Amino acid sequence: MAYEKMTQDGHHGPQVDAVSGVATTGHAWDGIKELNNPLPRWWLWTFYLTILWSIAYWVVYPSWPLVTSYTKGLFAWHSREAVEQDLAALKTSRGAMMDKLAKASLAEIESTPELLTFARALGKPAFGDNCAPCHGAGGGAHGYPNLNDDDWLWGGKLDDIALTVRHGIRAGDAEGRQGSMPAFGRDGMIPRPDVEAAADYVRSIAGLAVQPKADVARGAKVFAENCAACHGEAGKGNRDLGAPDLTDKIWLYGSDRAAIIEGIWNGRGGVMPAWANRLDDTTIKALTVYVHTLGGGEK
Amino acid sequence: MQTRTASSDEAPAAVDGPLYEARRKIYPQRVTGAFRRIKWIVLFITLGIYYFLPFVRWDRGPNAPAQAVLVDFPNRRFYFFFIEIWPQEVYYLTGLLIIAALVLFLMNAVAGRVWCGYLCPQTVWTDLFLTVERWIEGDRRERMRKDARVLTLQTVTEKAAKHAIWLLIAWWTGGAWVLYFADAPTLVKELATFEAPVVAYVWIGILTFTTYALAGHMREQVCLYMCPWPRIQAALTDEEALNVTYRYDRGEPRGSAKKNALLREQGQPAGDCIDCLQCVNVCPTGVDIREGANLGCIQCGLCIDACDGVMEKIGRPPRLIAYDTDLNIRRRIEGKPTRVRILRLRTILYLALIVLVGGVMLYALATREASGVSVIHDRNPIFVRLSDGAIRNAYTMRVLNKTREPRRYVVTIDGLPDATLEVVGESPSADGRALVEVGPDQTQEFRVLVTARGTLPPAAALPVTFRIDETTGGGRATATDHFKGP
Repeated sequence: MAYEKMTQDGHHGPQVDAVSGVATTGHAWDGIKELNNPLPRWWLWTFYLTILWSIAYWVVYPSWPLVTSYTKGLFAWHSREAVEQDLAALKTSRGAMMDKLAKASLAEIESTPELLTFARALGKPAFGDNCAPCHGAGGGAHGYPNLNDDDWLWGGKLDDIALTVRHGIRAGDAEGRQGSMPAFGRDGMIPRPDVEAAADYVRSIAGLAVQPKADVARGAKVFAENCAACHGEAGKGNRDLGAPDLTDKIWLYGSDRAAIIEGIWNGRGGVMPAWANRLDDTTIKALTVYVHTLGGGEK
Repeated sequence: MQTRTASSDEAPAAVDGPLYEARRKIYPQRVTGAFRRIKWIVLFITLGIYYFLPFVRWDRGPNAPAQAVLVDFPNRRFYFFFIEIWPQEVYYLTGLLIIAALVLFLMNAVAGRVWCGYLCPQTVWTDLFLTVERWIEGDRRERMRKDARVLTLQTVTEKAAKHAIWLLIAWWTGGAWVLYFADAPTLVKELATFEAPVVAYVWIGILTFTTYALAGHMREQVCLYMCPWPRIQAALTDEEALNVTYRYDRGEPRGSAKKNALLREQGQPAGDCIDCLQCVNVCPTGVDIREGANLGCIQCGLCIDACDGVMEKIGRPPRLIAYDTDLNIRRRIEGKPTRVRILRLRTILYLALIVLVGGVMLYALATREASGVSVIHDRNPIFVRLSDGAIRNAYTMRVLNKTREPRRYVVTIDGLPDATLEVVGESPSADGRALVEVGPDQTQEFRVLVTARGTLPPAAALPVTFRIDETTGGGRATATDHFKGP
């Protein structure tokens, strides 16, 4: 300590700095000398201990890469197995609620707060994993049905949604949703001027602005002959066929004239996969409840 | 160690000193006096609080822990007597830490390293361990003699007993620590019957090891090499701060009691310091206070007690070493009156800041609501157009009920004309108001849909306020967000 060094004679021991009373290393740079305040020796031992610790770590845990494999460690610990154990533990802890969810009907789930919370919590990540690529993270992507609104092509009741999720739309599943919008123009069913007139008529019944030179009357005739079968005489749509209501404010592919003409000319037929074979029944239930409670669900 | 015959600035041949410093073992001597008494009192109070506080009960009614101080990690609650802190209120901890820092600065500005000398756990536990050591192995000289000699059966037995008691204290220290995190009486029972959770034993093990190592073996090394406070403290102190000071104006020149008494009779300059080294012998960090302010000095005042004892024996006035300032020493040398200024800009400022931060915290604590609400706007979609053209925004709302009873709240929204609010899955009241219910001491998440039927300005982002009001009156809270349109 400082006390001892003060008493040392600068000429016979190490050089001692007069101000601090600390020995110097003897090195001088531009007349400035470096004080020698050595680290305690136990500090050095602590450092060696950390090196030993790392070696022990190599031995106990998987560490070194080999040509085709790696050193496995004493207990053959594996991160993948650790994840699987965690997942198994999660499954066990969820078990009771999962059983309840599996047994309850969709309506029961929604009327039981505890089950509803659980189903929504389960449905959200399932939606993110499976549905969000098309429908968007919150169910509101353009070009795919917005699941938050109150407009449903195939019905917005719990059972309707469950059926759509299970069997899909135009997905080749016999139990799924089948109807599609034909390509009236491309397949030569309606000539171009009639297609344009029909588009104008559709805009007019939706309450949208129509060009002054538009032949709405002709469009109405074309509509009655070709479109009303599915969309209804008043254009209110038909959920059995997935024909959208043309009089509301929601337009899946846009409401401008060009988009409507495109739809009539080339037809529309978006596909939703059938999930019955990809997801387990409980997950589908949770997804159904999640979508139903996004905001547009019908009673 | 290489030696040099002469120091030369021109030829700085390196002196190969040791690269690492071997530890010089310190054998602090027993001492009695005023400061030792203060240290005993502080030791009993602080350790008493630490070891027994978990057993203090506090009735919070049914379904709530009855422990006065409890960190309940599984349920994410912190209980401190009448205060219950939720995770989102952890800013109280920030306030406490700010106050702790300011109190440390204030203590330093008034009387130096009060924290280090009396209150620091490292000091208190080291003191306790030293007491055990002294009780078993004897005082300074005896311990030095025993360590210098070959081991005998007696010294080995003594050492074994000492380490056993140290480990016992260390183990109890770890044991007390875990009691702050679970119901103490239950955990004690579980620990005794080996039914406690593994994590409890692990933490007892960790704290047993750290206490044993730091208080038994590391001691002053912690202060000298590990602790940042001595470094910070040196930068924070000023010349008016009272520090444990050797009054060299009175002490120098040193000499034997007899010689100095003789010189004094002859009217020659003679100091009171008789170079007995008692101040060094009692020092727990082994410094010589007569060298002045020192990083190793924790300012525990034990050298004051030691020196006072010597002064009494040689018939000189006490307090050759005392809480004083270098400024006063210089004043005395110059024949000016000394002064102690506790109240100065620095201390007043620290005090004002402590009062301010403490006041803000007390105000926040006294006026905090038992209910709370927070709202997050849906990120996707930003808004939804309904089939009739209305615009709807969806929010995730979390309602907090900190009371011990279930509460019902009416949810309303301000700032949006012609708006309706609906909570998914909750049925509204008879008169159409949105209602939510939250269980006791719980939070609950709800999905809230707000629909605007009026005309919105283009690219609207209107500020809105969500309000929850307890149906029976009393609890209320608000949260702000935005309503967005196309």
